[in-house]
Amino acid sequence: MNTAELKQFCTEVRRDIINMTANAGSGHPGGSLSATELMSAIFCTQMRIDPKNPKDPNRDRFVLSKGHCAPCYYGILAELGFFDKAEFQNFRQLHSILQGHPDMKKTPGVDASTGSLGQGVSIATGMALGAKYLGKDTKVYTILGDGECQEGQVWEAFMAANHYKLDNLTVVIDNNGLQIDGSNDEVMSLGDLAAKLKAFGFHTIELADGNDIEAVVAALNEPTTPGKPKAILAHTVKGKGVSYMENQVGWHGKAPNEEQRQQALKELEG
Amino acid sequence: MSEKATRAAYGEALAELGAVNDKVVVLDADLAHATMTLTFKNAFPDRHFNAGIAEANMVDMAAGMSTMGLIPFCSTFAMFGAGRAYEQVRNSIAYPKLNVKLAMTHAGVSVGEDGGSHQCIEDLALMRAIPGMTVICPADANETRKAVFAAAEMQGPVYLRLARLASPVFEEDYPFEIGKANVMREGKDVAVFATGLMVSAALEAAKLLEAEGKSVAVINVHTIKPIDAECVMEYAQKCSRVVTVEEHSVIGGLGDAVADVLMGKICCQFKKIGVQDQFGQSGKAKDVLKEYGLTAPQIAESIKEIL
Repeated sequence: MNTAELKQFCTEVRRDIINMTANAGSGHPGGSLSATELMSAIFCTQMRIDPKNPKDPNRDRFVLSKGHCAPCYYGILAELGFFDKAEFQNFRQLHSILQGHPDMKKTPGVDASTGSLGQGVSIATGMALGAKYLGKDTKVYTILGDGECQEGQVWEAFMAANHYKLDNLTVVIDNNGLQIDGSNDEVMSLGDLAAKLKAFGFHTIELADGNDIEAVVAALNEPTTPGKPKAILAHTVKGKGVSYMENQVGWHGKAPNEEQRQQALKELEG
Repeated sequence: MSEKATRAAYGEALAELGAVNDKVVVLDADLAHATMTLTFKNAFPDRHFNAGIAEANMVDMAAGMSTMGLIPFCSTFAMFGAGRAYEQVRNSIAYPKLNVKLAMTHAGVSVGEDGGSHQCIEDLALMRAIPGMTVICPADANETRKAVFAAAEMQGPVYLRLARLASPVFEEDYPFEIGKANVMREGKDVAVFATGLMVSAALEAAKLLEAEGKSVAVINVHTIKPIDAECVMEYAQKCSRVVTVEEHSVIGGLGDAVADVLMGKICCQFKKIGVQDQFGQSGKAKDVLKEYGLTAPQIAESIKEIL
């Protein structure tokens, strides 16, 4: 995909996020919209995957550690053809393949069940370690929230990723600055995340604008230092692309109503 | 009768399993010398992964490794594996039904000197409550070996409860099938269902009671979940008195698993022997077991109360 195509892809995913959460009357649009470029770029420009063979043992792996941003994940998987977009209607409904948080047993293309914060990054670390042990060239990608980095387990995983020299692992932090109860700094200051990632042994790239698709692709394309896991600390805008959601903490876990849906879709006509 | 800790048998069984199954890898959290996964590490150093003192990450790394087609055996003390990392086990292993084997040692009060903080008496309750979890507590070293191979053979999450203390190894070779209890001794006055180290204690108690003319059946319930409901029903009906013995809290473990089978179906006298809703404490393992009423003579006295 070229840049124009990627931008169009992201717009479609954003429309999916709005439609899914509005249909369900619940879900997490804010963080889904902030992570759209990050996740889309990973899937569209980096990963070796085949939507027709989602269980291919030689595929690359993706773990959505910030599992609540499932609407973005589902939007991307459907746009790529892992399942039909008609499934969006069933998001968060009984017997749906699209659970509130990613469920690897139900959704084609989902490599790990996540949602309990802090765990996905450890699962991804285990995948990367397993791939190394098996001598596979599998690459593993994971996206974390910034608030998620308040979980101690995240740092346990970071320690292990460095200890085991997992240069097949790319950790992306969606640093939109907001979490449920307020800004990161109001809730629990994260300090200098970039310095912390470096101190934990990561080949660290800080992205001033994690919603700039070209910059995201460039960061993903940058080779890591051999023997070091890679981290991309991406500054993003929560609710990106929908004017009334941007940088609004209240849109973390709230669905748009019908009027708000229409306004959002209009803004996202591109 | 020779003695050997189930944790020691676990380490040896792992090394033996590793030689015939190259998918088996082992994770430990800086306790390889105590959980005995060191035996495996010595045989297969590149297949043993230390997670450091970080149990939550260890359990979830095991989850990730299993999705790559490996069969991870994950070990630490029961307190940390089933306790601290409970939610990781629940959400990242059991919920997606991943093929991870959680072999946790130093379960129960027989840990001894380390005291109540390290004596996990809730692990059976925690693990049994998780949908789809297979829960096994072997009675001796031989059964541990068989349980390790059976766990590797089956697809899906397994919790293996292992002990620190050296315990009697049965001379007779009993069969082992997950979910199938072993009748160790026939009897008609009372059916004693025991698990783990308490099986040999219950057998000894049965002998003491036999000298007093009581006929005591002893059943080794090595699989707490899925429990052998057929066997439990059969012996409860036959004896009309049921006693459970476990080195675990009487809340949520073997006793409750047996009660769940019988409740509403059968009328019998029922007694749970175990740790009575209290924490353990430091002491020599045998003294601690005595403090909580878990030696053979105490178990015999306790059984007599419903005879």
